[in-house]
Amino acid sequence: MQASAVPLARPRQGQFRFRLDLLGVVIAALGFAGLFLPFAAFRANRIVPGEGAQLFIALGPVWGVVLLSASLLVLAVALLRTPARLRLAASLSALLLLLVLIGEAGRHLTPEGDALARVSPGSGFWVLLAAFALLAADALSRLALSPLMRIGLVLGLAAVLAAILLSGAWDALSVLREYENRASAFWREAETHVLLAFGSLAAATLVGVPLGMLCHKVRPLRAATLNVLNMVQTIPSIALFGLLIAPLAWVAANVPGASALGVSGIGTAPALVALFAYSLLPVVANTVVGLGAVPRAANDAARGMGMTNWQRLAGVQMPLAFPVILTGIRIVLVQNIGLATIAALIGGGGFGVFVFQGIGQTAMDLVLLGAVPTVILAMGAGIVLDALVELASPQKRGRS
Amino acid sequence: MSQPTAPMIAIEGLCKDYEGRRVVEDVSLTIGRGEIVAVVGTSGSGKTTLLRMVNRLVEPSAGRVTIEGEDTRAQPPHLLRRRIGYVIQGNGLFPHRTVAQNIGTVPRLLGWDRARIAARVKALLEIFQLDPAEFAGRLPHELSGGQQQRVGVARALAAEPHLLLMDEPFGALDPIIRAKAQEDLLAIQKSFGTTIMLVTHDMDEAIALGTRIAVMDQGRVLQYAPPEDIIARPATPFVDALLGRGDRPFRLLSLGHVRDLLEPGTAQGEPIGPEASLREAFAECLWSGRDALPVIENGQALGIVRREALARQAGRPQ
Repeated sequence: MQASAVPLARPRQGQFRFRLDLLGVVIAALGFAGLFLPFAAFRANRIVPGEGAQLFIALGPVWGVVLLSASLLVLAVALLRTPARLRLAASLSALLLLLVLIGEAGRHLTPEGDALARVSPGSGFWVLLAAFALLAADALSRLALSPLMRIGLVLGLAAVLAAILLSGAWDALSVLREYENRASAFWREAETHVLLAFGSLAAATLVGVPLGMLCHKVRPLRAATLNVLNMVQTIPSIALFGLLIAPLAWVAANVPGASALGVSGIGTAPALVALFAYSLLPVVANTVVGLGAVPRAANDAARGMGMTNWQRLAGVQMPLAFPVILTGIRIVLVQNIGLATIAALIGGGGFGVFVFQGIGQTAMDLVLLGAVPTVILAMGAGIVLDALVELASPQKRGRS
Repeated sequence: MSQPTAPMIAIEGLCKDYEGRRVVEDVSLTIGRGEIVAVVGTSGSGKTTLLRMVNRLVEPSAGRVTIEGEDTRAQPPHLLRRRIGYVIQGNGLFPHRTVAQNIGTVPRLLGWDRARIAARVKALLEIFQLDPAEFAGRLPHELSGGQQQRVGVARALAAEPHLLLMDEPFGALDPIIRAKAQEDLLAIQKSFGTTIMLVTHDMDEAIALGTRIAVMDQGRVLQYAPPEDIIARPATPFVDALLGRGDRPFRLLSLGHVRDLLEPGTAQGEPIGPEASLREAFAECLWSGRDALPVIENGQALGIVRREALARQAGRPQ
């Protein structure tokens, strides 16, 4: 997205002060509204309804003024036409301040020595977070960073997040209170979640790419395979998880050695199988599309110069199809990180465990403990793989 | 192995059927060493199929092809193709490989060592007027259409093939770049002595490049002869139509050079070089309203060329 919302040439330095940025108007309105919404919510214990605390009540006068004035300044930067670098710096600083101060609100609102009281981010916090994140995303797309810089940015943001968590700044927040009680379970489920998402992806890639090659080569097989995979894709995920219980239980009971390998009607095995089934369509379809998009002339030239079929596949077709296949893998990974939460319903583990426990106990903080890491994981994976796709496409690589 | 006395290509009774339809019908022709044979015809005439049967991208339904006396079926198709240069319309460069990697494709398939490939790539880039330091590391999409086409021909010549097959090699170029590319091809062919079989739908291109022209229609070769004969004595009404009645005298003139009609004497006005085509000389006479043009080479007056002689040359040969 360029600054082409207004069909005028980009203004020169010095002229921008008095002109409005169209997306900036939306961001400023959003952020301004956020300043009036409750910044944090306080509850006497984890399941009673909370009451909202306005900015100054949540943070006290000093930090309240700091956040208010900083927010107004950054929203002004958003509102006016300002250089993308300034917008990025302003939005990232505001995000950092916001993240640190929500921890401060936790400390400020929790009565001394009260282990039951819960403080969680309020609607004002989320709206401000959305406004600043939108500003950062817009500034980033205007800067058009190189793929490697984008990967670096993701790593940098992850490091900042880790630093905040390790510093104990958020220890008074309800989500971390929930984490404290479940620290070992959290990391166990995190491991399962990653295993489910990446394991099914690896299996789908190992099976899907060769299957896609075969479909490319054998035309009748293509329509049949893609139709079947399309049908699988339309089965609701909960239903598919459920449908697999009976056949896998049968396999576990009747195939020697299967249960020793971990195959059973419920648990991780059916979750992996279901995610694998969902993953196949994007991988196979993108392999077929990618191979089909190899320029005819390049293919013909490769044959005409005396490449064998294998040399042509390995040297010309696969490298040219690779960015498209990688796009399929990106779709699968982001989709699976999200879908893996449902695995908890059939005892498959993962972050979904906290989500469903939280729903069962009407403890929203517990839901967040499962949902927030899932979202962060999916977004990070998406950005990194997007950058890899760009790195793999020769046409988009910058001239050297 | 190859026999030094055999023709470069001998095509004998070649046929191709696609789903019961005959697209190439009993074609026989021989191409001598160092010749440029242009196969010309409308689309669907079978000319591309004929070309692709020479390197077995298409397997013939009947008949046979020998190259330097050796039957093309004597070895696996991919080994046959590595010995034959191949250039196609839209050049078919590999978009993910650099110019140097593209040119080195066949030498790499043949297992040449690195140093030899690098030296060959550098030499070819220089022959094709592309500075190796600047172009070797570029990707095809960073080149202009004309540069891509030159890399395509360089790639086909990389393993020093005796035979080059070209399928509409200049089809994607604009007229000015195309004329330059044709000139370059002729110069390179002269210095390497490569035999060329070229498919085109453009009669002008066939006349400009071919030592002989094979005119094809509906899978058959209607006439196979040097360009002068094709223009002077078209074998069928179809060949005649393909030449275009209005252009015939000028096409004939385009085959000769001013040097051929040089006469002693002097004339006024803008001079012309001895290597210019008779067509250019005649056009200049008509345009400037002169009866004769002075012919000058390197500042040395050689004589004149007269409009009357040019006009006589443009008439049907007896």
